[in-house]
Amino acid sequence: MAPYEWTIHETLERMRRGEISAVEVTQAYLSRIEALDPILHAYLTVTPEQALAQAREADARWAAWRRDPTSPLPPLNGIPLAIKDVICVQGVRCTCGSRILENFVPPYEATAVARLREAGAVFVGKTNTDEFAMGSSTENSAFGPTRNPWDLERVPGGSSGGSAAAVAADLCAGALGTDTGGSVRQPAALCGVVGLKPTYGRVSRYGLVAYGSSLDQIGPITKDVRDAAMLLQVIAGPDPRDATSWPAPVPDYTRALIPDLKGVRVGVPPEYFIPGMQPEVEAAVREAIEVMAELGAEVLEVSLPHTPYALPTYYMIAPAEASANLARYDGVKYGLRIQGETIWDTYRLTRGHGFGPEVKRRIMLGTYALSAGYYDAYYLKAQKVRTLIRRDFEQAFEKVDVIVCPTSPTTAFRLGERTADPLQMYLADIFTITANLAGICGISVPCGFDRHGLPIGLQILGPALGEEKILRAAYAYEQATPWHRRRPARVVAGPSGAL
Amino acid sequence: MALSREEVEHIAELAKLALTEEEKTLYAEQLSAILDYFRKLQEVDTSGIPPTATVLPIHNVFRPDEPGDPMPRELLLQNAPAQADGCFQVQMILEFE
Repeated sequence: MAPYEWTIHETLERMRRGEISAVEVTQAYLSRIEALDPILHAYLTVTPEQALAQAREADARWAAWRRDPTSPLPPLNGIPLAIKDVICVQGVRCTCGSRILENFVPPYEATAVARLREAGAVFVGKTNTDEFAMGSSTENSAFGPTRNPWDLERVPGGSSGGSAAAVAADLCAGALGTDTGGSVRQPAALCGVVGLKPTYGRVSRYGLVAYGSSLDQIGPITKDVRDAAMLLQVIAGPDPRDATSWPAPVPDYTRALIPDLKGVRVGVPPEYFIPGMQPEVEAAVREAIEVMAELGAEVLEVSLPHTPYALPTYYMIAPAEASANLARYDGVKYGLRIQGETIWDTYRLTRGHGFGPEVKRRIMLGTYALSAGYYDAYYLKAQKVRTLIRRDFEQAFEKVDVIVCPTSPTTAFRLGERTADPLQMYLADIFTITANLAGICGISVPCGFDRHGLPIGLQILGPALGEEKILRAAYAYEQATPWHRRRPARVVAGPSGAL
Repeated sequence: MALSREEVEHIAELAKLALTEEEKTLYAEQLSAILDYFRKLQEVDTSGIPPTATVLPIHNVFRPDEPGDPMPRELLLQNAPAQADGCFQVQMILEFE
């Protein structure tokens, strides 16, 4: 096995035993990025010099620890990670997949990134995303789409498609994504990796470029469930710089990784098995539920009756919040400026040229929903339905510990297949947006493959601050099944292979 | 519900977006289809249901009002499209006789 194939915990174990250095591991990933990323386009920026400098510092800490094993060693010492390009890494260009921020270099660092840095992680680069995280395929990036490592003619999902593809193709040991309506879980499902959306407020949003502020959450994308628990452990917790971070202590997530489901009540909502979904997805998820029952879980039916209204609720609330958040791009303090006759012309031209089609569409939609005469009928109505969707989950979680359903109604679709019809694209999020509206946590784990060899994702949802519950369920299922060990064959073959 | 071209122009003006003629036509069509789909929400009885603006059970967050170290001015200005005398440079926003 090559070093880039190891999980985070395997890599740490080998570094601990002195079999390999952080510099060697980092170099292995950087070489693989150089060879494969021209084809996959998972990265928008690669930072080899900074990464190797961080790796050398990590090796110095390993050496100090070997001299004195009682000295403290940070938990991710020397682990190469990728960061979605909507999260600020100080001094590294952060484009948000947009022309309007093409040359923006953040003068400060996101709290999640600062915590990973403190934990000894190495940052290899910034990953591709739909512009301002608005999209479900990474095709809305102003810098071109990312390709799915399992089939280069298909999308990796989105908006964290770059992070998911990078993890699936072993172009990093793990990554951060962001999830406003499913943007961590859906690409994880479509790329055959693990993606965890924490409870709203569990991870600080400081330094995350805002899209839908009542929905946005940073989450890990990893090769297995243990890695997801390890990254979450580092990034979770209250932050004085984010007033919406949840002031609850962070439990030891790795203690939740128990390989059975004895005494766990698993809910199955019939509303998540809809006509029109891919039959192979339904079959794989039904089979996964049987595996969970064999592991000791008690499986119950639960109803989430307002599910059919989640999609219009989300696509009213998220664009409304986005239209307010994106008002800041005015060509004054940072970003693109296209000068017009008057300051008003400058605003119009800068924003008209700087934003891509989907961002403009959502700004228009949100502006309309918030405008005089329509606020009550659209925005306020959606906020009320949001309350009903939350209540559905609150009632369900009185009966069960976790809810299990598909992450996405289909496997990865073809590049260009849905770009002409925004509503078709929005349907890709139909099973993931409810967790954001309700503010609860969820994880996607691989649960099989369709006849084209494309990965299928199992979604496990838990109540607010229920990360230990979803991690336990995901871990037990993962350990009982072989899916997470499969890799995209052509990519594994490497540059000399069929790719 | 169909959005007219004039309505699209009005929304674009509120959002300060310069749109091409093709974009206006496209958005009038696409936004109409999306809003049509959203009418589904009107089926839901929400009488007596309070709106959810945030899911967090937090109302106010306080901290001691103590001065800290501000970010250096050069760092703050490094991304400015135009700057002058240590300030962001913008066009005139007030008109004088």
